[in-house]
Amino acid sequence: MDFLTLLQVLDTSVRLATPLLLACLAGLYSERSGVVDIGLEGKMLAAAFFSAAVAFYSGSAWVGLLAGVGASVVLAVIHGLASVTFRGNQLISGVAINFLAAGMTVLVAQSWFRQGGRTPPLEGDARFNPIELPFAIGPKDAEAAGKPLSQMIAEAGPLQQFYSELISGHSSLVYLALLTVPLTWWLLFRTRFGLRLRAVGENPAAVDTAGVSVVWLRYAAVLICGVLCGVAGAYLSSALQAGFVKDMTAGRGFIALAALIFAKWRPVYALWACLLFGLFQALELRPDIIENVSGIKVQVQLLGALPYILTVVILAGFVGKAIPPKASAEPYIKER
Amino acid sequence: MDKMPKWADIVLIPLISLLLAAFFSALVILAIGENPIEALKLMVDGALMRSSGWGYTLYYATNFIFTGLAVSVAFHARLFNIGGEGQAMLGGLGVALCCLYVPWPHWSLAILGASVGAALFGALWALIPAYLQAKRGSHIVITTIMFNFIAAAILNYVLVELLRPVGAMDPASAKFPDATHLPSFQDMFSTETNKMFRGAPANVTFFLALAASVFVWLLMWRTKLGYQIRAFGHSESGALYAGISPVRITVIAMLISGALAGMMSVNTTMGESERLILNSTEGAGFIGIAVALMGRNHPFGVLLAAILFGFLYQGGAELALWTSIPRELIVVIQALVILFTGALDNMVREPLEKLFIAMRRRNA
Repeated sequence: MDFLTLLQVLDTSVRLATPLLLACLAGLYSERSGVVDIGLEGKMLAAAFFSAAVAFYSGSAWVGLLAGVGASVVLAVIHGLASVTFRGNQLISGVAINFLAAGMTVLVAQSWFRQGGRTPPLEGDARFNPIELPFAIGPKDAEAAGKPLSQMIAEAGPLQQFYSELISGHSSLVYLALLTVPLTWWLLFRTRFGLRLRAVGENPAAVDTAGVSVVWLRYAAVLICGVLCGVAGAYLSSALQAGFVKDMTAGRGFIALAALIFAKWRPVYALWACLLFGLFQALELRPDIIENVSGIKVQVQLLGALPYILTVVILAGFVGKAIPPKASAEPYIKER
Repeated sequence: MDKMPKWADIVLIPLISLLLAAFFSALVILAIGENPIEALKLMVDGALMRSSGWGYTLYYATNFIFTGLAVSVAFHARLFNIGGEGQAMLGGLGVALCCLYVPWPHWSLAILGASVGAALFGALWALIPAYLQAKRGSHIVITTIMFNFIAAAILNYVLVELLRPVGAMDPASAKFPDATHLPSFQDMFSTETNKMFRGAPANVTFFLALAASVFVWLLMWRTKLGYQIRAFGHSESGALYAGISPVRITVIAMLISGALAGMMSVNTTMGESERLILNSTEGAGFIGIAVALMGRNHPFGVLLAAILFGFLYQGGAELALWTSIPRELIVVIQALVILFTGALDNMVREPLEKLFIAMRRRNA
């Protein structure tokens, strides 16, 4: 395998890792506050539909993004009501939200567009288009030189290849997702809000005793989770692909959940876990590459299942045990 | 003293939750520009007014009885088995292997053999998460979710690479031999002059599901093991103090749960498609959650809830056929039922409890 092929695989990995990363960080806020969220999948799906639908009508991907975030936040509020206000079972609430999104998106899509549960394809500004960073080789340079872009990049030096193929040319949401990692780290580990958020996931009674509202903190975490899932969903339908199709999240919410456990509920580890799982997904699309490199025929089904298998191994504690926040999934009942 | 009379807990709360779910479903139907009353009429006509409609309703109900029982047995031990889907998929593999590689002389023996195969494969698929929960403390919900995806990958691999007949395009096993054909309701109840259940997939497995319900009731309320499972579910420390081993109960409850989920595929794989196909479970493993929640974890409640969901499934198919309402309406209803009977239980329960306490004060 040559250097350029490697870069192309990594490039695809980054694209595929982005929705995982956003959803994973979303889950991180929620679970760090003690609210387990297995409804990441549903929130992403709802956001994917509403962002694509509104982007189609408005012609602006950013307006679509807002709508997607809105839809995701509505589901997050339902999860908050069920798990914080009514102290219900957070896992069951997550399951309900996943089904609600799976059903409603197709129902509304059919009612609005009548295309069998999909939105019309998005074009132009209704999508998040690739951003070309300064000095990178992009489509415009290729046009000016009169050569195909792939040929331009193939002829460039390795450093320029690395820069143009891997670093440049992603949509703005990819860079936004990468920036969210240090931001999340700073917010959780360097601010008062973050300290309280982490504390409420470990020992809510102590936070309550300190005079800080457990309910407010958990709602804040659940809402941040909703916003990030919304961005993840919008990325899926209006950046990675051009439009919504039925069930387009395809288990990504659960891979994100797996990545969250794999990362032991830490933001920077979450980045590496999501990139790794993104790489698996990229290789699933190009099984020929592994075969060329290792000489072994690898089953694509195995690659698809690898994130889940790795997570079970990590959960089992055979390699570096993953310990969730102490008050996970436990509703807090204030003493009277 | 109880805050509420028992009948309110068993009947009133599920009923109110169901009405809430129905109300919101009606709103959804209105919002997409259809008439909810017309929709309900169509569903009742298609699912309950003809014997073939009942044949479909009971076919779906058979699946949901198995998966509902599976979820409820685990619930009794306070374990949330969300992996019914994966256990049913692997159960299907067990059925297929039994039907393809054992020369059965008669269907009655074949259904017994296939049930054992399905239960064994389903139970084994639940064993690993159960062991990991009991011994290594990894959360059963997360591991069973992961195992659903792993099961799908395994089934995909087995069907594409191993069981697919040479030259066939679609990922499915060969057709099962004729001797394993299960009598359908049409075979059993039709007379010379009067064809009943024409073309409907309901088959003898329905009675197997009824037997499973009775078995679960006997197990839970008439045996020592059932008592231990329920005691463990009520209080782990209390059960431990009474000499009940948490590891043993966790593993056994999950084995039973997995076996029941696996047996669902006797109905779909042997009774309906008569070969193993990729998506034979069609989400029935997840509907088991809604069924168990609505049936209040009691086999009789599960039976009623399963028939209700069977009706919704068949009615939903009719709606998709005659109106512009897609089948996914059922997924929404299912979500609302899970939401109101499961997650938002306290929203219904707390006002009712206050009401009953107030009424009691006035009477006193």
